[in-house]
Amino acid sequence: MEQPLLDVRGLHVEFPTARGPARAVDGVSFRLNRGMRLGLVGESGSGKSTTVLALMQLIKAPGRIGGGEAWLAGDNLLAMNTAQMRQARFSRIALVPQGAMNSLNPVLTVRAQIDDLLDAHGQKPDPAQRLQHVAGLLQRVGLPETVADQYPHQLSGGMKQRVCIAIAIALSPQVILADEPTSALDVIVQKQVMQTLIHAQKEIGAAIVLVGHDMGLMAQFAHVVGVMYAGRLVEIAPVRDIFANPRHPYTRMLISSLPSFATRKVFRGIPGVAPSIVNPPSGCAFHPRCPKAEERCSREVPAEDVLSDAHRVRCHFARVGGAATAATAQAGTTP
Amino acid sequence: MPTRAALQRILPRRGVAVSRETPGTWRRAGAAMASEPMLASGLLLLLLVGLFAMLGPLVINTELAQIGAAPPRQRPGAEHWLGTDVQGRDIFAALVLATPQTLKIGLFAGVMGLGLGCILGLLAGYFGGWTDTVVRTLADVVMTIPGIAVLVLVATNVRSMTVALMAVIVAGLAWMYPTRTIRAQTLSMRERPYVDIARLNGMGGLQLVFTEIFPNLLPYIAASFVTAVSSAMLATIGLEALGLGPQNEFTLGMMIFWAQYYGAILRNLWWWWLPPVAMMALIFIALLLTSTGMDRLVNRRLRVEA
Amino acid sequence: MTLLVAFLAITINFLIPRAMPGDPIEQQLSQLSATSGGNVGDIQAMVKAYRERFGLDKPLWRQYLNYLSDVARGDWGYSLTNYPERVSDVLRAGLPWTLALLGTATLLSFSIGTLLGGLLAWPGSSRWVHVLGVPVILLSAVPYFILGILLMFAFALSFPLLPVAGGYPFGFTPAWNWATVGYMALHAVLPAMSIILASIGTWAIAMRGMVISVRGEDYILLAEAKGLSARRVFLAYGLRNALLPQLTHLALTLSHIVSGAILVEVIFAYPGIGYRLYQAIHAKDYFVIQGIVLLLSVSIAFTMLLMDLLYPLIDPRIRPGRQNK
Repeated sequence: MEQPLLDVRGLHVEFPTARGPARAVDGVSFRLNRGMRLGLVGESGSGKSTTVLALMQLIKAPGRIGGGEAWLAGDNLLAMNTAQMRQARFSRIALVPQGAMNSLNPVLTVRAQIDDLLDAHGQKPDPAQRLQHVAGLLQRVGLPETVADQYPHQLSGGMKQRVCIAIAIALSPQVILADEPTSALDVIVQKQVMQTLIHAQKEIGAAIVLVGHDMGLMAQFAHVVGVMYAGRLVEIAPVRDIFANPRHPYTRMLISSLPSFATRKVFRGIPGVAPSIVNPPSGCAFHPRCPKAEERCSREVPAEDVLSDAHRVRCHFARVGGAATAATAQAGTTP
Repeated sequence: MPTRAALQRILPRRGVAVSRETPGTWRRAGAAMASEPMLASGLLLLLLVGLFAMLGPLVINTELAQIGAAPPRQRPGAEHWLGTDVQGRDIFAALVLATPQTLKIGLFAGVMGLGLGCILGLLAGYFGGWTDTVVRTLADVVMTIPGIAVLVLVATNVRSMTVALMAVIVAGLAWMYPTRTIRAQTLSMRERPYVDIARLNGMGGLQLVFTEIFPNLLPYIAASFVTAVSSAMLATIGLEALGLGPQNEFTLGMMIFWAQYYGAILRNLWWWWLPPVAMMALIFIALLLTSTGMDRLVNRRLRVEA
Repeated sequence: MTLLVAFLAITINFLIPRAMPGDPIEQQLSQLSATSGGNVGDIQAMVKAYRERFGLDKPLWRQYLNYLSDVARGDWGYSLTNYPERVSDVLRAGLPWTLALLGTATLLSFSIGTLLGGLLAWPGSSRWVHVLGVPVILLSAVPYFILGILLMFAFALSFPLLPVAGGYPFGFTPAWNWATVGYMALHAVLPAMSIILASIGTWAIAMRGMVISVRGEDYILLAEAKGLSARRVFLAYGLRNALLPQLTHLALTLSHIVSGAILVEVIFAYPGIGYRLYQAIHAKDYFVIQGIVLLLSVSIAFTMLLMDLLYPLIDPRIRPGRQNK
């Protein structure tokens, strides 16, 4: 097996609260290979955005990274000092932020915002080369060169998102973290943006971590899907496996809540509310909402169960039930 | 249509999910003080000044503040704690008389200004449209004209100025900022769910304004009150320092005016101008601490509630 | 909007004295003749001129129109105390002094205060910023002229470092030359310091609030994620975005600043418009008062207009413009 490009081990992020530390990210580990697209799904508050921000040391006080390692081509991102991190940002690992609407500085032109990135990393100081590079970047994301001299408020949502992608690929980083890049866009623009992202990725040969809550989108886009719940990574598997054979009850419910043309039934949501990370349920965090929960689930945190080469689950009953169970889950009946 | 009572039970009031027991008012006040040292120290200072104003006349013989009551230009000493001025007035006695007057003007003008500001702000914010445009334009225009200028105009045309009249004139300057603040808050509250529910229940305009919106504005009103009093006092003292204050009564501003008029600063009669200056500085600093502390308290509560 | 304000200012200026009981001119003149024992013949001539000019026997609306045309033509009347000096002469004499003082003081205090406020709100600022912030903010509570008194006492009387009052030494005649400018600068130091020190805190507090809210914006996150230097993020992403509301704040409090400056001039007997106003008040020089008040209102209104024109330069969203989505 090839050496992973990004190797995250046991990432912990916590926020101190009056009632003790709240674990926003609890022991998350995953590996990313070159050219791979990992999708991280989960409800709001599951810790997926925090995971991604932590990798770039963008967690703001009073939150802090409580432990773990993140190896990118031989360097531990989490152990870098300020200067090293600043240097690594966007040159080795880049971010396409959530809410591109508000991620661009309203008082600077697009060009200025790409320029200051290039300046900060000492790239392309020659003015002619610079102009060319900026034009090229915009072209790669499907935007006309005139966009460079416009201000963010003059652009549509989709265009702004693509500018953010252009900024993210400007220094040809090895890893791109895309935090819900299409959440606020309509489906047509969504597709355009996703295609842009894939295209850009192929051009520079990066790996992508896509954070989102849309399982349907992941099905189309990701190679590997990771499901997060209450700060823990409860299941991670190649995309086909996870849809064909979901082992975690939460994953099953997520998939079964997807509308499909095949079944004409009442939509199934997932009962209950997202758990509080300040006061999480004991044992397995999903047990209050889990249809298969037993007494053991409220006591013990499920350890990671490696089902196969690339399929890992955190559930006491991961091996119980088989393909039939998954099929019925997708048909919309109670597993 | 569910009954109002049933709705009230379901929908949280003021956007807060309230727990069954809310601690008593005194305890909450105590907690507020403890969490905002600025507020506490500001209020403490104000209390001290207030005590001085109220108890002072009881302690000191106020007759000493009359012209010729004592030998003039005395330095501070055992007989006259803060010395005497050019006309033989005991400065300490004068201070004791002047402080409550200044506080009174500031307070009355502040209350009047705030009252007017609240009403205008509520009406403008809630009813919008013409009402809003008129109120807003009026406030903007009055804010543009330098307050001191208008006050000067009015004051020069008044035959004889009294404390009460000053308060009224100054109140005319103190209403703009509360109007803006209250209006802004009313605008945002107008869109809140509980207002919609009340409206659906058939509550009319004015009644709605006063029963649903007004109670939620109390924290802002309290914060604006301090600002209003502060700006009222500023305007008062400004007018007085120019010599347009009540000529025959003691106020802190007039003390400074007379001191300046008789050249106390140049003649190094520091005990004449320093006490009123120090007292004023104290009052303003206290007001600033209180208003900043209150602002922070109100904002913090909002952040928790939201 | 500006025109509306100017118009309203002129109207208020017109109405207030007429709304008050008593005839202002008679009042002034009877007072004048009582106190100064002036040349009765001269005063009578003036009364006649005014009666005719103002048409005080004409209906109110007629008077108003006359007043408007007078003001527009620049004829703002005569000074009662220094007749035949015209009000416009008084204004012209005092204006450069006030502009020099007010302009410099406001500019300095706004820049320093805004920067200080921004630094106070930004994590990683040096500790000195916070240490300096406390006395500066406390001072902002104190009205400018009170600080002026204290400064005068400290730096002009106790330790005679700077001139106590006035704009130039006794016996000197100001004119448009370098000597005048020199004296102007020297005598403006204490008044300017009173204004600056007492107002820095206000700007700092306001800016601090704006920058704190700007810090929570998404574009700050992306800026930091891009690996930009802390300085760049602070200046181009933080400060610049918080600057617009701060400028609006400046426009709104302009009248308040002017009021404060007037009192400072009085304390220091600095020969600007404010001091002339004070003198006019005490001499009951009615027309000068009216003229100065009008000038102040109208200039503030026009300054606000100028600032409105400035906004598009700073915030591109306000430019009338090409919106090609």
